[in-house]
Amino acid sequence: MRFFYILLEKRKDQNNMKQFYNFIIKEFYHIFRDRKTLIILLGMPMAQIIIFGFALTNEVKNAQITIVNQSNSHSSIKLVQKIESSKYFEVYNQTTKTDDIEKMFKKGTIKLALVIPSDFDNTIIAQNKAQLQIIADATDPNLATTVTNYLSIIINDFQNDINQNKTIPYKIVVETRMLYNPQLKGAYNFVPGVMAMVLLLVCTMMTSLTVVKEKELGNMEILLASPVNPLIIIFAKAVPYLLLSIVNIITILLLSYFVLGVPINGSLTLLFAVSILFILVSLSLGLLISTLTDTQQSAMFISLIVMFLPTVMFSGFIFPIENMPIPMQIISNIIPAKWFYIIVKSVMIKGGGITLIWKEVLVLLFMMTFLFSVAIKKFKIRLS
Amino acid sequence: MSPLIYILQKEFKQIFRNPAILKVIFIMPVIQLIILPLAADYEIKNINIAILDRDHSATSSKLVNKITSSNYFKLVSYGANYNQAMEKIENDKADLILELPRNFEADLYKHKETKILLAVNAINGVKANIGAVYLNTIIQTYNNEFRNTIITPSRFNEIPLIEISTANWYNAKMNYKIFMVPGILVLLITMIALNLSSINIVREKELGTIEQINVTPIKKYHFLLGKLIPFWIIGMIVITIGLFIAWLVYGIIPLGAYVTIYVFAAVYLLVILGIGLLISTYAENQQQSMLVSFFLLMIFILMGGLYTSIDSMPLWAQWITKLNPVAYFIEVMRRVVLKGSGLADIQKPLYIMLGFAVVINYWAVLSYKKRS
Repeated sequence: MRFFYILLEKRKDQNNMKQFYNFIIKEFYHIFRDRKTLIILLGMPMAQIIIFGFALTNEVKNAQITIVNQSNSHSSIKLVQKIESSKYFEVYNQTTKTDDIEKMFKKGTIKLALVIPSDFDNTIIAQNKAQLQIIADATDPNLATTVTNYLSIIINDFQNDINQNKTIPYKIVVETRMLYNPQLKGAYNFVPGVMAMVLLLVCTMMTSLTVVKEKELGNMEILLASPVNPLIIIFAKAVPYLLLSIVNIITILLLSYFVLGVPINGSLTLLFAVSILFILVSLSLGLLISTLTDTQQSAMFISLIVMFLPTVMFSGFIFPIENMPIPMQIISNIIPAKWFYIIVKSVMIKGGGITLIWKEVLVLLFMMTFLFSVAIKKFKIRLS
Repeated sequence: MSPLIYILQKEFKQIFRNPAILKVIFIMPVIQLIILPLAADYEIKNINIAILDRDHSATSSKLVNKITSSNYFKLVSYGANYNQAMEKIENDKADLILELPRNFEADLYKHKETKILLAVNAINGVKANIGAVYLNTIIQTYNNEFRNTIITPSRFNEIPLIEISTANWYNAKMNYKIFMVPGILVLLITMIALNLSSINIVREKELGTIEQINVTPIKKYHFLLGKLIPFWIIGMIVITIGLFIAWLVYGIIPLGAYVTIYVFAAVYLLVILGIGLLISTYAENQQQSMLVSFFLLMIFILMGGLYTSIDSMPLWAQWITKLNPVAYFIEVMRRVVLKGSGLADIQKPLYIMLGFAVVINYWAVLSYKKRS
């Protein structure tokens, strides 16, 4: 008798498995039938990682500078040449009038101006002392600080050039070594960030849409009235997107390694496993959104408009989190992309192992469990 | 014009019927506009430093004091263990390691020159660079002070020294908010307008109601105008709310005239809504139109010049930004708010936007006709 029972249970299990499998097949049919969507889904992350990998950088190159050269002497010409030859600046023009600066700032043609006073050459030779003024367009304070710093470095270099033949006693020499990113490439910082953003937003958006679509078109009612366990329907919807996202991770990693030259210093398996965990977090978030909304439009508004900017700003790849006020730092903790960004940076670039990232992994695991269980709880078996 | 009025009525009714969307449209921008600028401070402060002091001399501890008493650095680890300091860097607890070697003081007195080592976490290249520059400046100052205690300084400098004074125009206090708030407002409006319009027609396609409209004598452009006008009005309201919040919370009042912002915004919204309609006429279902508008939004926003500077992008990317309406609006906002530019100053971007608006909307009408 007991044996019979077990057999029955087993058959039920098999039945469930079969149903689940069939539903996944059905979802795949849906996805493959809509060729355009599939192409966008797989092509978009590629295009984004390439465009952003090359285009996004905090480094300033070829900033337009105007030089108000009132001195026009041997030293000042040498200084101008030094500025011209650096990759950071491009001399827009040289003038002798300070009034021109304002006009050019208003037009937005230059980022900063260097004023070389008329006594520059004299004072530097006679008194070993000279003054220069840098004027920056601080409408973008970030840019202003950066270009001012760069120009100061060049001027210091210039000063050292003059001093080459003189030895200074009691000198402290600083030897600087750049760890992890000796060429200071922007991609090292932005690729992990963009990866987190693209995966999170695409996964969340697509899962929430696909479930809500069934509601909106009225199919959900039919599905719920059928003897199939509603959870199977929901799981089956998520599985194809999990697989598609894995394909996306592979292409993103290939592109960033071969095209953008970002190293993968840590274990590839670990990176992969953590990425899948992150996708599961995003899928759970998508499911949760789908249970809370009734139309694709509302689902999209939540998964895109509500989430987009906070993800960009709180994940830490553009604005360092430790710079934020404490309440903002606390808010940043609920953004899944922040944790994934830290993990990807640690594994890909620092070459760290699980000992370095176990805390972040635990946070993501917790997020996944939490979001998933809330989504299941909120999922209504009956329609209103 | 009468059919247009009925269509407008229908569209407004549809919008107001969905309170969830209304909330997102009007409340979400307010919340984000209040919170996000607080997070957008790029000024480099609180650089975490780990110091390896192998010398433990009077000179080395004075230098350490000098560094920790500056406002830029926070000492997170002090000791003689290299692995411990390295661990701090790996865990992101430290940004820099400064290593003072064993003979730091002795070399300075005996050989009149000493070496110290600085290792920087350079994943974020700019932060690394600036941190290193700050630290170098502090060390140089200390170096000069030290030298002056040993040799009496002469009246003139021993070697040529160039003093650099800096001035920051238009934003002397380097206030980030005045720069970020108008920019974030532009991003929010763009997202709302593009999402509203890109999803609208395709939804009617998906639900089949578009066929009913197509068999009525409503003209195509009536139909499209009926879609455009309500969203345009919503967009203008959101801008007004946003500018009000900018004033109320952050005290930001444009140096230029509000009219200038509104004129540009009016044209700008036509461009964004036009792009949405265009997506909508080509897409077969809402998923497609959402994915495409998500793709465009991401490029528009990340390459709009708010987060990273357009000038530092490679040339081909700069050409992409020439097609990016967000980049134009952010630039115009910046000029009007901070530099007080008037309509005459922003003529060029305004005409470019007008051109965009005409081309895109005309294209949308054409492609819609073909497909019905």
